Amino acid sequence: MEYLYYPGCSLESSGRAYDESLRAVFRTLGVGLRELEDWNCCGATMYMSVDETISLAISTRNLALAEQNGGRDLLAPCSACYTVLLKTNRFLRESPDLKAKVDRVLGETGLRYGLSVAVRHPLDVLVNEIGIETITRAAKRRLGGLVFAPYYGCQIVRPERGFDHCEFPESMDRLFERLGATCAYFPLKTRCCGAMLMTMFPDVCLRLIKDLLECAVESGAQCVLTTCPLCQMNLEAYQKPVNKAFGTSYEMPVLYFTQLLGLALGCTEEELGLPRNLIPLKAALPAAAA
Amino acid sequence: MKTAPPIPGALPTSERQLRATFLEQAHLVPGGERISRCLQCGTCTGSCPVSYAMDISPRMVIALFRAGQIGEILRSRTIWICASCYMCTTRCPQGIKITDILYALKRTAQETSLYPERVPVYRLSQSFVRIVNRYGRNQEMLLLLLYYLRENPLQLLRMMPLGWALWRKGRVALLPSKIKGVAAIRKILAASKALELPREAEKPPYDETMVGYAAVEKARS
Repeated sequence: MEYLYYPGCSLESSGRAYDESLRAVFRTLGVGLRELEDWNCCGATMYMSVDETISLAISTRNLALAEQNGGRDLLAPCSACYTVLLKTNRFLRESPDLKAKVDRVLGETGLRYGLSVAVRHPLDVLVNEIGIETITRAAKRRLGGLVFAPYYGCQIVRPERGFDHCEFPESMDRLFERLGATCAYFPLKTRCCGAMLMTMFPDVCLRLIKDLLECAVESGAQCVLTTCPLCQMNLEAYQKPVNKAFGTSYEMPVLYFTQLLGLALGCTEEELGLPRNLIPLKAALPAAAA
Repeated sequence: MKTAPPIPGALPTSERQLRATFLEQAHLVPGGERISRCLQCGTCTGSCPVSYAMDISPRMVIALFRAGQIGEILRSRTIWICASCYMCTTRCPQGIKITDILYALKRTAQETSLYPERVPVYRLSQSFVRIVNRYGRNQEMLLLLLYYLRENPLQLLRMMPLGWALWRKGRVALLPSKIKGVAAIRKILAASKALELPREAEKPPYDETMVGYAAVEKARS
Protein backbone atom coordinates (compact mmCIF):
# COMPACT_ATOMS: atom_id res chain seq x y z
CA MET A 1 0.00 0.00 0.00
CA GLU A 2 1.27 3.47 -0.84
CA TYR A 3 -0.21 6.91 -0.43
CA LEU A 4 0.68 10.19 -2.09
CA TYR A 5 1.55 12.76 0.50
CA TYR A 6 0.94 16.52 0.43
CA PRO A 7 2.79 17.99 3.45
CA GLY A 8 1.76 21.64 3.07
CA CYS A 9 3.81 24.72 3.91
CA SER A 10 3.52 24.56 7.72
CA LEU A 11 4.97 21.07 7.89
CA GLU A 12 8.18 22.45 6.40
CA SER A 13 8.76 24.88 9.25
CA SER A 14 6.78 25.26 12.48
CA GLY A 15 5.07 21.91 12.01
CA ARG A 16 8.17 19.86 11.19
CA ALA A 17 7.51 17.48 14.05
CA TYR A 18 4.15 16.63 12.50
CA ASP A 19 5.88 15.71 9.24
CA GLU A 20 8.54 13.67 11.05
CA SER A 21 6.09 11.81 13.27
CA LEU A 22 3.68 11.10 10.41
CA ARG A 23 6.45 9.59 8.31
CA ALA A 24 7.70 7.56 11.30
CA VAL A 25 4.22 6.18 12.00
CA PHE A 26 3.64 5.12 8.39
CA ARG A 27 7.14 3.64 8.17
CA THR A 28 6.56 1.59 11.32
CA LEU A 29 3.21 0.35 10.03
CA GLY A 30 4.83 -0.60 6.73
CA VAL A 31 2.59 1.72 4.70
CA GLY A 32 4.26 3.72 1.94
CA LEU A 33 4.14 7.50 1.87
CA ARG A 34 5.41 9.20 -1.29
CA GLU A 35 5.68 12.98 -1.25
CA LEU A 36 3.92 14.64 -4.17
CA GLU A 37 6.68 16.10 -6.30
CA ASP A 38 6.80 19.88 -6.68
CA TRP A 39 3.56 20.55 -4.83
CA ASN A 40 2.59 24.17 -4.31
CA CYS A 41 0.66 26.13 -1.68
CA CYS A 42 -3.00 25.09 -1.43
CA GLY A 43 -4.08 28.74 -1.36
CA ALA A 44 -5.29 28.52 2.23
CA THR A 45 -7.99 30.80 3.50
CA MET A 46 -6.08 33.86 2.47
CA TYR A 47 -5.83 33.44 -1.25
CA MET A 48 -9.56 32.74 -1.23
CA SER A 49 -10.17 36.21 0.17
CA VAL A 50 -8.33 37.79 -2.74
CA ASP A 51 -9.23 35.87 -5.87
CA GLU A 52 -11.34 32.77 -6.28
CA THR A 53 -10.31 31.64 -9.75
CA ILE A 54 -6.57 31.80 -9.05
CA SER A 55 -7.05 30.26 -5.64
CA LEU A 56 -8.95 27.30 -7.08
CA ALA A 57 -6.56 26.96 -10.01
CA ILE A 58 -3.37 26.78 -7.92
CA SER A 59 -5.07 24.37 -5.58
CA THR A 60 -6.16 22.23 -8.54
CA ARG A 61 -2.56 22.12 -9.80
CA ASN A 62 -1.76 19.84 -6.84
CA LEU A 63 -4.69 17.57 -7.60
CA ALA A 64 -3.70 17.40 -11.26
CA LEU A 65 -0.10 16.54 -10.31
CA ALA A 66 -1.39 13.82 -7.99
CA GLU A 67 -3.52 12.41 -10.78
CA GLN A 68 -0.55 12.47 -13.13
CA ASN A 69 1.44 10.51 -10.55
CA GLY A 70 -1.20 7.82 -10.46
CA GLY A 71 -2.41 8.79 -6.99
CA ARG A 72 -5.94 7.89 -6.04
CA ASP A 73 -5.66 9.15 -2.48
CA LEU A 74 -3.82 12.32 -1.57
CA LEU A 75 -2.97 12.64 2.11
CA ALA A 76 -3.10 16.16 3.55
CA PRO A 77 -2.26 16.30 7.28
CA CYS A 78 -2.76 20.07 7.72
CA SER A 79 -6.43 20.81 8.37
CA ALA A 80 -6.34 23.98 6.29
CA CYS A 81 -4.78 22.23 3.27
CA TYR A 82 -7.16 19.33 3.72
CA THR A 83 -10.26 21.48 3.74
CA VAL A 84 -9.09 23.69 0.86
CA LEU A 85 -8.17 20.74 -1.38
CA LEU A 86 -11.42 19.01 -0.47
CA LYS A 87 -13.42 22.16 -1.19
CA THR A 88 -11.65 22.60 -4.53
CA ASN A 89 -12.58 19.05 -5.47
CA ARG A 90 -16.19 19.62 -4.44
CA PHE A 91 -16.53 23.00 -6.18
CA LEU A 92 -15.15 21.58 -9.42
CA ARG A 93 -17.56 18.65 -9.25
CA GLU A 94 -20.56 20.82 -8.40
CA SER A 95 -20.03 23.61 -10.85
CA PRO A 96 -19.27 22.88 -14.51
CA ASP A 97 -18.74 26.63 -15.00
CA LEU A 98 -15.94 26.74 -12.49
CA LYS A 99 -14.48 23.50 -13.83
CA ALA A 100 -14.38 24.94 -17.36
CA LYS A 101 -12.72 28.10 -16.09
CA VAL A 102 -10.11 26.24 -14.05
CA ASP A 103 -9.48 23.84 -16.95
CA ARG A 104 -8.71 26.75 -19.22
CA VAL A 105 -6.37 28.38 -16.74
CA LEU A 106 -4.63 25.13 -15.86
CA GLY A 107 -4.41 24.17 -19.53
CA GLU A 108 -1.89 26.99 -19.94
CA THR A 109 0.55 24.95 -17.89
CA GLY A 110 -0.11 21.76 -19.83
CA LEU A 111 -1.97 20.10 -16.93
CA ARG A 112 -5.44 18.60 -16.88
CA TYR A 113 -7.47 17.43 -13.95
CA GLY A 114 -10.00 14.62 -14.39
CA LEU A 115 -11.52 14.76 -10.87
CA SER A 116 -10.23 11.30 -9.91
CA VAL A 117 -8.23 12.19 -6.78
CA ALA A 118 -9.67 11.73 -3.28
CA VAL A 119 -8.31 14.08 -0.62
CA ARG A 120 -7.83 12.24 2.67
CA HIS A 121 -6.72 13.16 6.15
CA PRO A 122 -4.13 10.81 7.73
CA LEU A 123 -6.44 10.31 10.74
CA ASP A 124 -9.14 9.02 8.38
CA VAL A 125 -6.73 6.67 6.63
CA LEU A 126 -5.22 5.39 9.89
CA VAL A 127 -8.55 4.73 11.58
CA ASN A 128 -10.74 3.69 8.66
CA GLU A 129 -8.39 2.10 6.17
CA ILE A 130 -5.32 0.78 7.94
CA GLY A 131 -7.62 0.13 10.87
CA ILE A 132 -7.51 0.36 14.65
CA GLU A 133 -7.08 -3.44 14.88
CA THR A 134 -3.92 -3.46 12.76
CA ILE A 135 -2.50 -0.53 14.69
CA THR A 136 -3.27 -2.15 18.06
CA ARG A 137 -1.54 -5.35 16.95
CA ALA A 138 1.53 -3.37 15.83
CA ALA A 139 1.68 -1.39 19.11
CA LYS A 140 4.79 -1.95 21.20
CA ARG A 141 3.50 -0.37 24.38
CA ARG A 142 0.26 0.46 26.14
CA LEU A 143 -0.34 4.12 26.83
CA GLY A 144 -0.88 3.32 30.50
CA GLY A 145 -3.97 5.38 31.28
CA LEU A 146 -2.54 8.64 29.98
CA VAL A 147 -5.45 11.12 29.95
CA PHE A 148 -5.69 13.03 26.69
CA ALA A 149 -8.00 15.75 25.37
CA PRO A 150 -8.81 14.96 21.73
CA TYR A 151 -8.77 18.27 19.87
CA TYR A 152 -9.92 17.94 16.26
CA GLY A 153 -10.18 21.61 15.49
CA CYS A 154 -12.63 22.86 12.95
CA GLN A 155 -11.60 22.23 9.41
CA ILE A 156 -11.05 18.48 9.28
CA VAL A 157 -14.68 17.79 10.11
CA ARG A 158 -16.42 20.73 8.44
CA PRO A 159 -18.16 22.21 6.47
CA GLU A 160 -19.67 18.95 5.29
CA ARG A 161 -19.66 15.63 7.02
CA GLY A 162 -16.57 13.82 5.84
CA PHE A 163 -15.05 10.85 7.58
CA ASP A 164 -16.44 11.75 10.98
CA HIS A 165 -19.16 13.80 12.68
CA CYS A 166 -19.11 17.58 12.10
CA GLU A 167 -19.39 18.53 15.75
CA PHE A 168 -18.66 15.45 17.78
CA PRO A 169 -16.08 13.29 16.00
CA GLU A 170 -14.71 10.23 17.78
CA SER A 171 -12.00 8.74 15.53
CA MET A 172 -9.14 9.84 17.75
CA ASP A 173 -11.01 8.95 20.94
CA ARG A 174 -11.52 5.37 19.75
CA LEU A 175 -7.99 4.95 18.42
CA PHE A 176 -6.20 6.03 21.59
CA GLU A 177 -8.60 4.35 23.99
CA ARG A 178 -7.79 1.08 22.27
CA LEU A 179 -4.10 1.83 22.77
CA GLY A 180 -4.65 2.10 26.51
CA ALA A 181 -5.03 5.84 27.01
CA THR A 182 -8.02 7.50 28.65
CA CYS A 183 -10.08 10.02 26.73
CA ALA A 184 -10.98 13.10 28.74
CA TYR A 185 -14.43 14.69 28.55
CA PHE A 186 -13.57 17.49 26.15
CA PRO A 187 -16.71 19.11 24.73
CA LEU A 188 -14.75 21.81 22.88
CA LYS A 189 -13.17 19.21 20.61
CA THR A 190 -14.20 20.94 17.39
CA ARG A 191 -14.16 24.55 18.52
CA CYS A 192 -12.01 26.98 16.57
CA CYS A 193 -8.50 27.90 17.82
CA GLY A 194 -8.57 31.19 15.93
CA ALA A 195 -5.89 30.20 13.42
CA MET A 196 -4.44 33.31 11.77
CA LEU A 197 -6.57 35.65 13.89
CA MET A 198 -3.54 35.82 16.16
CA THR A 199 -1.87 38.28 13.80
CA MET A 200 -4.78 40.67 13.31
CA PHE A 201 -6.99 40.32 16.36
CA PRO A 202 -4.74 38.80 19.06
CA ASP A 203 -7.14 39.57 21.91
CA VAL A 204 -9.95 37.62 20.23
CA CYS A 205 -7.66 34.70 19.46
CA LEU A 206 -6.09 34.54 22.93
CA ARG A 207 -9.53 34.16 24.43
CA LEU A 208 -10.36 31.24 22.12
CA ILE A 209 -7.11 29.55 23.11
CA LYS A 210 -7.74 30.20 26.78
CA ASP A 211 -11.19 28.59 26.56
CA LEU A 212 -9.70 25.47 24.98
CA LEU A 213 -6.85 25.21 27.50
CA GLU A 214 -9.22 25.80 30.39
CA CYS A 215 -11.51 23.05 29.17
CA ALA A 216 -8.57 20.65 28.78
CA VAL A 217 -7.21 21.43 32.25
CA GLU A 218 -10.62 21.15 33.91
CA SER A 219 -11.20 17.80 32.26
CA GLY A 220 -8.05 16.47 33.88
CA ALA A 221 -6.17 15.93 30.62
CA GLN A 222 -2.40 15.44 30.76
CA CYS A 223 -1.98 16.46 27.16
CA VAL A 224 -3.94 17.81 24.20
CA LEU A 225 -3.78 15.91 20.92
CA THR A 226 -4.12 17.92 17.72
CA THR A 227 -4.53 17.06 14.06
CA CYS A 228 -3.43 20.41 12.63
CA PRO A 229 -0.18 22.43 12.64
CA LEU A 230 -1.99 25.71 13.26
CA CYS A 231 -3.95 24.37 16.23
CA GLN A 232 -0.76 22.94 17.70
CA MET A 233 1.10 26.22 17.25
CA ASN A 234 -1.69 28.35 18.72
CA LEU A 235 -2.35 26.09 21.69
CA GLU A 236 1.29 25.43 22.55
CA ALA A 237 3.25 28.55 21.68
CA TYR A 238 0.78 31.09 23.03
CA GLN A 239 0.33 29.67 26.52
CA LYS A 240 2.60 32.33 27.99
CA PRO A 241 0.63 35.27 26.50
CA VAL A 242 -2.58 33.55 27.63
CA ASN A 243 -1.23 33.17 31.15
CA LYS A 244 -0.24 36.81 31.18
CA ALA A 245 -3.57 38.06 29.83
CA PHE A 246 -5.84 35.92 31.99
CA GLY A 247 -3.74 35.36 35.11
CA THR A 248 -3.65 31.62 34.58
CA SER A 249 -0.70 29.24 34.84
CA TYR A 250 -1.23 26.74 32.08
CA GLU A 251 1.59 24.46 31.03
CA MET A 252 -0.25 21.92 28.95
CA PRO A 253 1.71 19.71 26.56
CA VAL A 254 0.19 19.84 23.06
CA LEU A 255 1.12 16.92 20.81
CA TYR A 256 0.36 16.01 17.23
CA PHE A 257 -1.76 12.88 17.38
CA THR A 258 0.92 11.13 15.29
CA GLN A 259 3.49 11.77 18.03
CA LEU A 260 1.53 9.88 20.65
CA LEU A 261 0.64 7.20 18.13
CA GLY A 262 4.34 6.85 17.32
CA LEU A 263 5.16 6.43 21.02
CA ALA A 264 2.64 3.59 21.19
CA LEU A 265 4.20 2.02 18.11
CA GLY A 266 7.64 2.11 19.76
CA CYS A 267 9.24 4.92 17.73
CA THR A 268 11.95 6.96 19.46
CA GLU A 269 11.32 10.51 20.67
CA GLU A 270 13.77 11.85 18.08
CA GLU A 271 12.01 10.08 15.23
CA LEU A 272 8.75 11.68 16.35
CA GLY A 273 10.18 15.17 16.67
CA LEU A 274 9.20 15.30 20.34
CA PRO A 275 12.25 17.41 21.29
CA ARG A 276 10.82 20.13 19.03
CA ASN A 277 7.80 20.63 21.29
CA LEU A 278 8.07 23.67 23.54
CA ILE A 279 6.28 22.01 26.45
CA PRO A 280 7.45 18.43 27.05
CA LEU A 281 5.08 15.60 27.84
CA LYS A 282 5.63 15.02 31.54
CA ALA A 283 3.43 12.00 32.06
CA ALA A 284 5.51 8.82 32.28
CA LEU A 285 4.58 6.06 29.89
CA PRO A 286 5.27 2.35 30.39
CA ALA A 287 8.44 1.18 28.68
CA ALA A 288 8.12 -0.19 25.17
CA ALA A 289 8.21 -3.96 24.84
CA ALA A 290 11.12 -5.09 22.72
CA MET B 1 -26.70 59.01 10.70
CA LYS B 2 -26.56 56.99 7.52
CA THR B 3 -28.99 57.76 4.76
CA ALA B 4 -31.09 54.73 4.07
CA PRO B 5 -32.63 54.26 0.63
CA PRO B 6 -36.03 55.96 0.74
CA ILE B 7 -37.96 53.33 -1.22
CA PRO B 8 -37.24 49.62 -1.16
CA GLY B 9 -35.52 48.77 -4.39
CA ALA B 10 -34.00 52.20 -4.96
CA LEU B 11 -30.27 52.21 -4.27
CA PRO B 12 -27.59 54.87 -4.40
CA THR B 13 -25.13 54.35 -7.25
CA SER B 14 -22.19 53.33 -5.08
CA GLU B 15 -24.29 50.71 -3.30
CA ARG B 16 -25.51 49.41 -6.63
CA GLN B 17 -21.92 48.93 -7.78
CA LEU B 18 -20.97 47.16 -4.55
CA ARG B 19 -24.00 44.98 -4.92
CA ALA B 20 -23.14 44.05 -8.48
CA THR B 21 -19.58 43.11 -7.45
CA PHE B 22 -20.81 41.11 -4.48
CA LEU B 23 -23.49 39.24 -6.42
CA GLU B 24 -20.92 38.36 -9.03
CA GLN B 25 -18.59 37.00 -6.33
CA ALA B 26 -21.42 35.16 -4.57
CA HIS B 27 -22.43 33.67 -7.91
CA LEU B 28 -18.98 32.07 -8.12
CA VAL B 29 -19.77 30.00 -5.03
CA PRO B 30 -21.73 26.87 -5.91
CA GLY B 31 -24.96 27.21 -3.95
CA GLY B 32 -24.30 30.92 -3.33
CA GLU B 33 -27.83 31.80 -4.41
CA ARG B 34 -29.19 30.11 -1.28
CA ILE B 35 -28.56 33.38 0.56
CA SER B 36 -32.12 34.32 -0.44
CA ARG B 37 -33.45 31.48 1.73
CA CYS B 38 -32.28 33.04 5.02
CA LEU B 39 -34.88 32.87 7.80
CA GLN B 40 -33.02 35.25 10.12
CA CYS B 41 -33.09 32.58 12.84
CA GLY B 42 -29.66 33.55 14.20
CA THR B 43 -28.25 30.04 14.43
CA CYS B 44 -25.11 31.30 12.67
CA THR B 45 -24.52 34.04 15.25
CA GLY B 46 -25.21 31.69 18.14
CA SER B 47 -22.79 29.09 16.76
CA CYS B 48 -19.97 31.47 15.93
CA PRO B 49 -17.11 31.33 18.47
CA VAL B 50 -16.06 34.90 17.63
CA SER B 51 -19.41 36.63 17.10
CA TYR B 52 -18.99 38.24 20.52
CA ALA B 53 -16.16 40.30 19.05
CA MET B 54 -17.97 41.30 15.86
CA ASP B 55 -19.62 44.67 15.40
CA ILE B 56 -22.16 43.13 12.99
CA SER B 57 -23.26 39.55 13.63
CA PRO B 58 -23.39 36.98 10.79
CA ARG B 59 -27.19 37.07 10.84
CA MET B 60 -27.09 40.85 10.51
CA VAL B 61 -24.75 40.55 7.54
CA ILE B 62 -27.50 38.85 5.59
CA ALA B 63 -30.12 41.28 6.89
CA LEU B 64 -27.98 44.23 5.79
CA PHE B 65 -27.43 42.64 2.39
CA ARG B 66 -31.19 42.44 1.98
CA ALA B 67 -31.63 45.98 3.18
CA GLY B 68 -29.20 47.23 0.55
CA GLN B 69 -26.43 48.17 2.98
CA ILE B 70 -23.41 46.29 1.68
CA GLY B 71 -21.20 49.32 2.25
CA GLU B 72 -22.07 49.04 5.92
CA ILE B 73 -20.97 45.38 6.02
CA LEU B 74 -17.66 46.12 4.32
CA ARG B 75 -16.86 48.90 6.77
CA SER B 76 -17.32 46.53 9.72
CA ARG B 77 -14.64 44.23 11.18
CA THR B 78 -16.97 41.25 10.95
CA ILE B 79 -15.93 39.60 7.71
CA TRP B 80 -12.26 39.83 8.72
CA ILE B 81 -12.78 38.38 12.20
CA CYS B 82 -14.22 35.17 10.75
CA ALA B 83 -11.57 32.46 11.10
CA SER B 84 -13.41 30.05 8.75
CA CYS B 85 -14.35 27.36 11.25
CA TYR B 86 -17.52 26.63 9.22
CA MET B 87 -19.71 26.04 12.30
CA CYS B 88 -22.40 28.39 10.94
CA THR B 89 -22.37 26.67 7.54
CA THR B 90 -22.72 23.26 9.18
CA ARG B 91 -25.64 24.32 11.34
CA CYS B 92 -27.58 26.63 8.99
CA PRO B 93 -31.05 25.07 8.64
CA GLN B 94 -31.37 26.58 5.16
CA GLY B 95 -28.04 25.27 3.89
CA ILE B 96 -26.56 28.72 3.33
CA LYS B 97 -22.79 28.63 2.90
CA ILE B 98 -22.22 31.54 5.24
CA THR B 99 -18.44 31.15 5.43
CA ASP B 100 -18.20 31.19 1.64
CA ILE B 101 -20.52 34.21 1.50
CA LEU B 102 -18.12 35.98 3.85
CA TYR B 103 -15.26 35.08 1.47
CA ALA B 104 -17.28 36.60 -1.36
CA LEU B 105 -17.63 39.75 0.77
CA LYS B 106 -13.87 39.78 1.45
CA ARG B 107 -13.20 39.61 -2.27
CA THR B 108 -15.72 42.40 -2.82
CA ALA B 109 -13.85 44.49 -0.25
CA GLN B 110 -10.51 43.83 -1.98
CA GLU B 111 -11.97 44.66 -5.37
CA THR B 112 -13.59 47.88 -4.23
CA SER B 113 -10.93 48.84 -1.64
CA LEU B 114 -13.49 49.31 1.09
CA TYR B 115 -12.18 48.32 4.51
CA PRO B 116 -12.90 49.01 8.18
CA GLU B 117 -11.06 52.02 9.56
CA ARG B 118 -7.68 51.48 11.25
CA VAL B 119 -7.76 47.71 10.70
CA PRO B 120 -5.26 46.75 8.00
CA VAL B 121 -6.92 43.39 7.57
CA TYR B 122 -6.34 42.97 3.87
CA ARG B 123 -2.56 43.42 4.11
CA LEU B 124 -2.00 39.98 5.57
CA SER B 125 -3.75 38.22 2.71
CA GLN B 126 -2.03 40.48 0.22
CA SER B 127 1.41 39.65 1.67
CA PHE B 128 0.46 35.99 1.59
CA VAL B 129 -0.48 36.21 -2.08
CA ARG B 130 2.81 37.95 -2.87
CA ILE B 131 4.86 35.19 -1.25
CA VAL B 132 2.92 32.40 -2.93
CA ASN B 133 3.14 34.07 -6.35
CA ARG B 134 6.87 34.38 -5.93
CA TYR B 135 7.83 31.02 -4.42
CA GLY B 136 4.85 28.76 -5.03
CA ARG B 137 4.74 27.98 -1.33
CA ASN B 138 4.10 30.02 1.77
CA GLN B 139 6.68 30.69 4.43
CA GLU B 140 5.11 31.45 7.79
CA MET B 141 7.90 33.46 9.32
CA LEU B 142 8.46 35.52 6.19
CA LEU B 143 4.73 36.26 6.08
CA LEU B 144 4.68 37.43 9.70
CA LEU B 145 7.86 39.42 9.20
CA LEU B 146 6.47 41.24 6.16
CA TYR B 147 3.19 41.91 7.92
CA TYR B 148 4.58 43.16 11.21
CA LEU B 149 7.31 45.24 9.61
CA ARG B 150 4.67 47.20 7.77
CA GLU B 151 1.94 47.27 10.35
CA ASN B 152 3.34 46.96 13.80
CA PRO B 153 7.13 46.82 14.27
CA LEU B 154 6.61 47.00 18.03
CA GLN B 155 4.70 43.75 17.94
CA LEU B 156 7.63 42.24 16.06
CA LEU B 157 9.84 43.03 19.06
CA ARG B 158 7.33 41.44 21.39
CA MET B 159 7.34 38.33 19.24
CA MET B 160 11.12 37.95 19.47
CA PRO B 161 11.21 35.59 22.49
CA LEU B 162 8.71 33.25 20.87
CA GLY B 163 10.56 33.40 17.56
CA TRP B 164 13.79 32.55 19.34
CA ALA B 165 12.22 29.62 21.19
CA LEU B 166 10.87 28.21 17.94
CA TRP B 167 14.18 28.83 16.20
CA ARG B 168 16.04 26.81 18.84
CA LYS B 169 13.67 23.93 18.29
CA GLY B 170 14.33 24.00 14.56
CA ARG B 171 10.80 25.16 13.81
CA VAL B 172 11.71 28.18 11.73
CA ALA B 173 12.70 27.57 8.11
CA LEU B 174 15.60 29.73 6.99
CA LEU B 175 14.51 30.23 3.41
CA PRO B 176 11.23 29.59 1.68
CA SER B 177 11.50 26.54 -0.53
CA LYS B 178 10.87 27.63 -4.08
CA ILE B 179 9.09 25.10 -6.24
CA LYS B 180 10.29 24.11 -9.70
CA GLY B 181 6.89 24.86 -11.17
CA VAL B 182 6.94 28.53 -10.21
CA ALA B 183 6.63 29.38 -13.91
CA ALA B 184 3.42 27.34 -13.94
CA ILE B 185 2.05 29.41 -11.04
CA ARG B 186 2.82 32.60 -12.97
CA LYS B 187 1.04 31.21 -16.03
CA ILE B 188 -1.99 30.40 -13.89
CA LEU B 189 -2.00 33.97 -12.58
CA ALA B 190 -1.79 35.49 -16.05
CA ALA B 191 -4.44 33.19 -17.49
CA SER B 192 -6.84 33.89 -14.61
CA LYS B 193 -6.38 37.64 -15.02
CA ALA B 194 -7.22 37.34 -18.71
CA LEU B 195 -10.33 35.35 -17.84
CA GLU B 196 -11.56 37.96 -15.42
CA LEU B 197 -11.99 40.62 -18.08
CA PRO B 198 -15.09 39.35 -19.87
CA ARG B 199 -16.64 38.39 -16.56
CA GLU B 200 -18.50 41.70 -16.39
CA ALA B 201 -20.68 40.56 -19.27
CA GLU B 202 -21.90 37.60 -17.22
CA LYS B 203 -25.21 38.32 -15.61
CA PRO B 204 -25.72 37.10 -12.06
CA PRO B 205 -28.85 34.99 -11.64
CA TYR B 206 -30.47 37.49 -9.33
CA ASP B 207 -31.54 41.02 -9.83
CA GLU B 208 -29.31 43.78 -8.50
CA THR B 209 -32.33 45.51 -7.08
CA MET B 210 -33.29 42.53 -4.97
CA VAL B 211 -33.64 44.45 -1.71
CA GLY B 212 -36.22 45.14 0.96
CA TYR B 213 -39.71 43.76 0.51
CA ALA B 214 -38.98 42.87 -3.10
CA ALA B 215 -36.32 40.42 -1.91
CA VAL B 216 -38.66 38.74 0.55
CA GLU B 217 -41.37 38.43 -2.09
CA LYS B 218 -38.91 37.01 -4.55
CA ALA B 219 -37.59 34.43 -2.10
CA ARG B 220 -41.16 33.34 -1.39
CA SER B 221 -42.12 32.82 -5.00
